[in-house]
Amino acid sequence: MTDPASEDRKDTMVESAAGQAQTPADAKRGPAVATRERRQGAANPSGETPYLVVEDLTVKFPTADGLVSAVNGLSYSVPLGRTLAIVGESGSGKSVSSMAVMGLHDPKRTKITGSIRLGGDEIVGLPENELMKVRGDAVAMVFQDPQSSLHPLYTVGNQIVEAYRVHHQVSKDVAKKRALEMLDLVGIPNPQRRFSQYPHEFSGGMRQRAMIAMGLVNDPKLVIADEPTTALDVTVQAQILDLLNNLQKEFGSAIVLITHDLGVVAEMADDVLVMYAGRCVEYGTAEDVLARPRMPYTWGLLESIPTVSAANERLRPIKGLPPSLLNLPTGCSFNPRCPYKDRVKGERCTTDLPELLPVDGAGAHTSRCHLHDKASIYEAEVAPRLG
Amino acid sequence: MSQTVRPIDEPASQNEPLLQVRDLKMHFPIKEAAGLGRTKKVVQAVDGVSFGLKAGESLGLVGESGCGKSTTGRMITRLLTPTAGQILFKGTDIAQLKERDLRPFRRELQIVFQDPYSSLNPRQTVSNIISTPLRVHNLVKKGKELDRVQELLERVGLNPEHHNRYPNEFSGGQRQRIGIARALAVEPEVIIADEPVSALDVSIQAQVMNLLEDLRRDLGIAFVFIAHDLGVVRHFCDQVAVMYLGKIVEQGPREQIYGAPQHPYTQALLSAAPDLGTIRGVPPKERIRLVGDVPSPIDPPSGCRFRTRCWKAEDICATHEPPLEPKPQSTPGHAAACHFAEPKIDLTAASA
Amino acid sequence: MIYFVARRLISALSVVLVTLIATFALFFIAPTDPAGAICGERNCTQQRYNEIKQNLHLDKPKVQQFAEYTAGIFAGRDFTTSGVTRHCGAPCLGFSFKNDRPVTEMLTSRIPVTVSLVAGYAVLVLTIGVLVGSLAAKRRGTMGDRVLMSSTLVISSVPYYIVALMISLYLTVLYPILPRGGWTPPSENIGKWAAGLVTPWLVLGIYFCTSYARYSRGSMVETLSEDFIRTARAKGLSDRKVTYKHALRAGLIPVITIFGLDVAASLAGAIFTERIFDLPGLGVLVLDSLNSYDLPVIMGTVLVASVVVVTMNFLVDIAYSLVDPRVRLS
Repeated sequence: MTDPASEDRKDTMVESAAGQAQTPADAKRGPAVATRERRQGAANPSGETPYLVVEDLTVKFPTADGLVSAVNGLSYSVPLGRTLAIVGESGSGKSVSSMAVMGLHDPKRTKITGSIRLGGDEIVGLPENELMKVRGDAVAMVFQDPQSSLHPLYTVGNQIVEAYRVHHQVSKDVAKKRALEMLDLVGIPNPQRRFSQYPHEFSGGMRQRAMIAMGLVNDPKLVIADEPTTALDVTVQAQILDLLNNLQKEFGSAIVLITHDLGVVAEMADDVLVMYAGRCVEYGTAEDVLARPRMPYTWGLLESIPTVSAANERLRPIKGLPPSLLNLPTGCSFNPRCPYKDRVKGERCTTDLPELLPVDGAGAHTSRCHLHDKASIYEAEVAPRLG
Repeated sequence: MSQTVRPIDEPASQNEPLLQVRDLKMHFPIKEAAGLGRTKKVVQAVDGVSFGLKAGESLGLVGESGCGKSTTGRMITRLLTPTAGQILFKGTDIAQLKERDLRPFRRELQIVFQDPYSSLNPRQTVSNIISTPLRVHNLVKKGKELDRVQELLERVGLNPEHHNRYPNEFSGGQRQRIGIARALAVEPEVIIADEPVSALDVSIQAQVMNLLEDLRRDLGIAFVFIAHDLGVVRHFCDQVAVMYLGKIVEQGPREQIYGAPQHPYTQALLSAAPDLGTIRGVPPKERIRLVGDVPSPIDPPSGCRFRTRCWKAEDICATHEPPLEPKPQSTPGHAAACHFAEPKIDLTAASA
Repeated sequence: MIYFVARRLISALSVVLVTLIATFALFFIAPTDPAGAICGERNCTQQRYNEIKQNLHLDKPKVQQFAEYTAGIFAGRDFTTSGVTRHCGAPCLGFSFKNDRPVTEMLTSRIPVTVSLVAGYAVLVLTIGVLVGSLAAKRRGTMGDRVLMSSTLVISSVPYYIVALMISLYLTVLYPILPRGGWTPPSENIGKWAAGLVTPWLVLGIYFCTSYARYSRGSMVETLSEDFIRTARAKGLSDRKVTYKHALRAGLIPVITIFGLDVAASLAGAIFTERIFDLPGLGVLVLDSLNSYDLPVIMGTVLVASVVVVTMNFLVDIAYSLVDPRVRLS
C-alpha cells in the first residue's frame, strides 16, 4: 500500500481532520487518531471521539405537492474504525441522510439544515467546489447496484484511475499502478486483465468489488455503503461483507452502512440507528438495539423477519403502511401502526412527538417512545415471540 | 410436518401428486457470429429438474440468480415451452400442449410475479385487471363481475371500494396483493409464486407472506414458491429444493434441508445467510465461504456442476455427475446430488 | 471485425440491388413514354420515335434492359445513336435523355455541392443541437430550460421552406447581412466556396438543430438520472466533467442513430435549400429530371441515394461500437 502521492494531498479538510499529513503509516491510524483532541459532537454509543458528527440534520425537498421532510432532526456520530448501520424501510430517510453527508443533494432542490462535520469541518452549506474536494477523498460511497453504478462505457480500470486522479495530481501510470493495487486488494483475480475490461464483462460480485476498490482508492476516512449487498446473491453477499469488514480492520475507516436487512446489521454493525419516517427512533450499540430493543417499531421489524434459524411460526407484521412524508401523523409518526399506543396514558402518542431519550434514564442507548415500561413489555411479550 | 396432508375439496388429489415435473429442460439457443456464418450455442438454463407437488403442499425452489428457478416456474405455467421433459398436471402432460389445448390448464396454474410495479398494466383499473381472467375463462356471469372483484379484493386485504383505481395509486405491497387477487380470480389449484415478496419492505413482506399462508390454509392452494431468501422459504415451504446451475442439488422436507443439509452447496448457502442471532465479533456458527462466482450456464463444468466452487471436490466429481438420490443417512424424502454428501448440523443454530 | 465488415458489405450490396430493381421496375414498367418525351410534341415522326426507342434499347425485353443497365455500372457499355457509337465508361449510368450528357458525369459534378452543404449542416446541427440539449437537460425545470425548449418549438413549427425563403430574401437580398448563396468549387477559391455556403449552412443548422436539441435533451435528462452519474459525482468530479464526459458519452448513443439516418436523408433531399440558395446540387438535379422524365438521371440519383443511406447505416454501426463497448462487432 505505498502511496507516494498522498503526501501532497491538497485536501484541506482531511489535513485538519487528522491534524497532520497522511502517510501510508497512517493507514493503521485507528487508536492513534481516536485519542486525538477534537471537537466533541453528538453522543456516540461507544464514547469514542467521532469522526463523522451529524447534528439535528433536516433534509427537505420542495415538490409540487408540498414540502417533503425526508429527514427530520437526525443526529448521530461515527468514530474511526467503527461501523454504524442505519436501518429503515424505503422512505425512512436513510439514503437521503447519507446523500447529504456526501453533499450529493442538488442545493437548488433541497433544503438542508443542521450540521454535518467530518473531522470537525462543517459540510452543510459548503459551496460545490469545496464539497467536490471532500467527495471521494475523505468520504467515499459504495452504492447498491454495481451494475448501474459503474459507467458502462468506460473500462473499470479507467474509472478507478479517474477516481484517484481527481484527488491526486499524478501521472496516469502512477494512478494505474494504484488502481491495480486496489483491484488486487479487493480480491479481483488477474487485475492486469481486469483493469482494461468493461463493467459488463464483470460478474455482479466482481463489479461490487470494483466499486469498493474505486471507493477506497483515495483511502477515505469514512465509507458510506448504501445497501452494498442488496443486489447480490447470498454467497456473494457474504464475500462482500467479509471484504468490507477486513478492509475496515486494515484501514481503520469509519463505515456508515445503510441497509434494510437486520441480518446484515447483526453481522456488520457496532452501532445501530433505526429510522422511521425521516426520524431516528432508536439508537445504540448493535447489542443494545438488537438484543434489548426499546421501541415498538424495532420490535415490529424484528418480528417481521422470517429467519433462516427460526421455527415456523406465523410472522407478526407491522400493520398498515409507512406514512406519507408529505403528511406525517401528529405526535409519534409510528402511532397509527403501533400496537402498544393504548398503553400510554391519554392521547400523548397522537399529540406529542416523543423525544429521543436514554432508555434507562442515562446512557447511550436512546429511543423515541412514550411507553413507560418498555423493558418489561419487551421481556414479557416481545422477546418470547422472537424465540 | 412435511407429510401434512391438508383437507382438499377434490378427492382425486389425495395420494398422487397434483403436479409432477419430470426431467424438465430448458435450453435457450444463442447465436454468435463466427466468420461469415453463425454458431449456435446453448444456455442450459434448466437441465433435468424433477419434483412432485401434492395438493395443498408448498414446495420452495431456492438458489442464486441464474440457477434456473424462475425459468422452471415459467415452464410450469407454460409461459415458456420446455425443450424436453414432462409437466404432468393431474396426469396430463402439458409440457408441449398447443395454446388451445392449454387453456383449461392455464386456469389451474397461476403465477405471481416478483415486481409488483411492472407486472400490472398501468392503464387498466384494478377491476379490469382482476376481471379479465374471469371473462377469459367464462367464470362469472355478466353483471356479477364487480361483485366477484370486490370479493377478491377483500380476500387479499384490500379495500373493495378501491376497485376503480389504477395500479399507481397503490403501494408496492398493495400491488402485490392485486397480483395475488388476479391469480386467485380463476380459482387455481397451483400458484407459482416467483419471488413474490423480495421487492417489498420487511414489514410489508411479512404481511404478504401471511396472506399467502392464509390462502394456502383456507383455499388449499398448492404453491411452488421461488425465492432466494432462505428465511422466507423456510417459513413458507414444507418441501425445499435447492437449485444450482440448472439442476436440483438437494431436495427434501424443510426440517431436513435446514436442520441437516447434506449437499455442500446447501451448507454454504445456509451458512452465508446473514443471521440476526449474530452480534458482531462473536462467530456463532461455522462459516463456509464460497470463492468465486457461479460459472456460465453456456459451458457448465463437467460432472458435478458445483465442483468448481466446492471444497470437497475430488477427481470423480469432474468425471461422474452425482445423481440426486437418497443417501444412507437420509430420512425419507431427502435426497442430495453429491458424491461426498454428509449431514452438517448447527449451520443455522445461532439463535435457535 | 473483418468478418463484420464483410457481412455488412454483403447485406449493403443486396439492399442497393433491391433498390435498383425497384426503381427500375417503377419507372420503366410504369406507363411512361420516355421515347415520346424525348421526341417531343411537334416534329416527332413515327420513324424518329422508333429510332429513339431502338437507340435506347427500349424495345428490348425489360429483363435484358435491366441486365444491360447493371452491366454498364460495372463494366461500361456502348450506345449507338444514328450509326455513331459512344462509349460510356465504367460506372455507366447511361446518358441523359434530355441533354445527352453521361449521367455519371452529371452526378459527379453535383455531388460535391450537396456533400459540402450536408457536411456543414451535419457539423452545425450536431454541435448546436447537442450543446443546447445538454444545457437544457442540466438546467431542466429552470427558466433557461423552458426558454430554450420553447424557442426550439417555435422555430420548428414554421415550415422550413418559409424560414429559408425569408432569410434568403431579407438577409441576403434586401438587407445583405449574409452572403448570397452560390456555388464555387473549393479547389477554385475556398473563400468563395465558404461564402456561398455559409447562409444555407446557418439556415439548415439553426432550423434542424431544434429537433436535435429536444432529442438530446431527453436523452441527457435520462442519462443524468442514472446511477453511474451519481457515482461520478460521488468521486468528486466537477459538474462540468460529470455532464460533458460521463453523461454526454452515454447520452449521445441514441442521438447517433438519428443523426446517421438524418444525414443520409438530407444528402438525398436537400431540394429546398439547393433551390432557394441557388446551389446546383443533387436535389435540384432530381427535381429537373423528374420534370422532364429524364429516367437515366432519376435512376442514377436513386442509386446514389441508396448507396449513401446504406453507407451511413454502416458508419452508424461502426460509431456505435466505438462509443459503446457492449455492442460487439462480431
